[in-house]
Amino acid sequence: MKFALTTTALALILGLAAPAFADIKIGATISETGPASFLGDPEAKTLKLLVEEINAAGGVNGEKLELVIYDDGGDPNKARTFATRLVEDDEVVAVIGGTTTGTSMAIIPVFEDAEVPFISLAGAIEIIDPVKPYTFKTPHTDRMACAKIFEDMKKNAITKIGMISGSDGFGASMHKQCLSIVGDYGIEVLADETYGPTDADMTPQLTNIKGKEGIQAVLNPGFGQGPAIVTRNYAQLAVGLPLYQSHGVASDGFIELAGAEAAEGVRLPGTALLVAKLLPESDPQRAVVTAYKDAYEKATGKPVSTFGGYAHDALRILVDAIKRAGSAEPSAIRDAIEGTKGLVGTTGTVTMTAEDHLGLDLSAFRMLQIEKGGWKIVE
Amino acid sequence: MRLSSKVTTLLILAAVIAIAPVFFPSSYYFRVGSLIFVNGLAVAGLVILIGYAGQISLGHAGFAGIGAYACALAPVHLGLHPALAALLGALLSAAIAYLVGRPILRLKGYYLAVASLGFGILVSMVLSNEAQLTGGPDGMAVPELGLRAVLKAIGIDLSNTEFWYAFSGLVLVLGAWLALNLYHSPTGRALRALHGSEVAARTVGVDVAHYKLVAFVISAVYASVSGSLLALQNKFITPDVAGFMHSIEMVTMTVLGGAGSVLGAILGAAILTTLPQVLTIFQEYEQLMLGLVMMLVMIFMREGLLPSIARRIRGRAE
Repeated sequence: MKFALTTTALALILGLAAPAFADIKIGATISETGPASFLGDPEAKTLKLLVEEINAAGGVNGEKLELVIYDDGGDPNKARTFATRLVEDDEVVAVIGGTTTGTSMAIIPVFEDAEVPFISLAGAIEIIDPVKPYTFKTPHTDRMACAKIFEDMKKNAITKIGMISGSDGFGASMHKQCLSIVGDYGIEVLADETYGPTDADMTPQLTNIKGKEGIQAVLNPGFGQGPAIVTRNYAQLAVGLPLYQSHGVASDGFIELAGAEAAEGVRLPGTALLVAKLLPESDPQRAVVTAYKDAYEKATGKPVSTFGGYAHDALRILVDAIKRAGSAEPSAIRDAIEGTKGLVGTTGTVTMTAEDHLGLDLSAFRMLQIEKGGWKIVE
Repeated sequence: MRLSSKVTTLLILAAVIAIAPVFFPSSYYFRVGSLIFVNGLAVAGLVILIGYAGQISLGHAGFAGIGAYACALAPVHLGLHPALAALLGALLSAAIAYLVGRPILRLKGYYLAVASLGFGILVSMVLSNEAQLTGGPDGMAVPELGLRAVLKAIGIDLSNTEFWYAFSGLVLVLGAWLALNLYHSPTGRALRALHGSEVAARTVGVDVAHYKLVAFVISAVYASVSGSLLALQNKFITPDVAGFMHSIEMVTMTVLGGAGSVLGAILGAAILTTLPQVLTIFQEYEQLMLGLVMMLVMIFMREGLLPSIARRIRGRAE
């Protein structure tokens, strides 16, 4: 009798526990701490927030999402271990993450080997070029940012520029991409300076640029505090030429850091998310970015950032793919992600193909100008 | 018959490596295991430097960086096989350790710590800044070692993680064997003598500067091979491998487990490699924990975890 009772109880418990296994398990390895935490922190918060939201609304295909998230601290070796853990131990059906290019590149082989779809949140074009079957990404590439900036320069009849780039991963990569396409726009780079990621003064480099005859504008591919210092030094030296910053500093924090006065007139390519309130009613992205911005700011009490937007788009793409695939099989999800069509995200409207695992075009960027400590769209 | 401590240590190590996979629920544990072995190898080298010779290096990650990038660069630019590239990295590390160590080790005191600290930072800066060559902070791809394919051809089919578990485990046992042999050799005795007292060692005819240099060069080769293994296993490498924190981690592992004992130091590597995997939520405080562990061990267990515990057990038995 006792035995029968125990077995029944056990069976009941097992029966009750079973539906938990039916959850759709998705993984993430994000650099929440460490040098890339200003990227990873909003990404992780966004993923947690959205998964909660989706589950509250009934989940995906009637099943709840379960998010397994690890903090790799920006260390590619650690990211690699967590990626292996997600695939082998947690047995997730898809993974979002790789906050930096380094961590993303280090973990791609894990997912390609295990045939689990992976959506990276890092910038470099190498992640999706050449195309790998299971690897996708959401942020625009540095090359697209360069193209957007050069288009704007061309429109303003600027043909001779100076460049001052950070020597960190972001700055070095964008510097390379910009130089590779600058010729296509009939623009010449007359001065090419660099600075280290922790340098506190860029006056010497800017003085060099200022002294060069014929320069019409200056471009600063960089990330973190460097561009803010460049902007301040630029104002102090009264260079008096248009200054272009990169999408790497498209945040309110940059204006604060550089000071509204020094940043006045600075142009940079940014996403719709940054100027959600300024978008016209007719803009297709307006509804998406406003909803995300409001939800994020309400939940965290912090201003929304472009980087959190990358995670937002990655999760939306994934959820959309699982819905269309009607299954949570990794290979089915992969095929569905590749078939993503006209999905409106915070970075732009995503349409993937077998040759394009990013799915964004230049229209995803808005050319922005800083005015009186705020943003203005200049198209 | 009583086994010598050398044979006992090697047997324990080999047995743990061979038996542990029985308890692995998934192949992710092979990955953690192989990381322990890779770190353990670097740490075994540091035992020779810190434990035997009593010198401190704060830049050994620099040698790991040289070993790792040799495997990434030499196959592309010199057309070398990755295994030969690892060898080249080891030779290069030895040569650099010789050049750096030769003038500095003639001095007494903490000069080696300061110089190696500078050297490690220098390597990581070069790797980050020479982007045309090294890919900069974004890192670069490392070619496949190719040994797994050879094994498959002769009928041993291992998954990637299983192969690296077995291979780095093998290299670790080999490294531990060499380090233990060194301990009982004339060189090892000379090192221990100068660790005890440089003046006394010199009086009995030990060339102090020479033997310190030998220890430094050997430990640099260990670190370089461990960097090569890491690069070949990950097939991708970034300058983080040569970072300052990595050097500190290595020293902490050595001191935690017991700088004078090869097995103890490997235990230290195992603990500090597994810890971040167990305490994933404490990632933010990892460096704080490292510092705390280091301080506690230095205050309460000056010989390190394993020797202190072993002594306590032995003391109770007697």
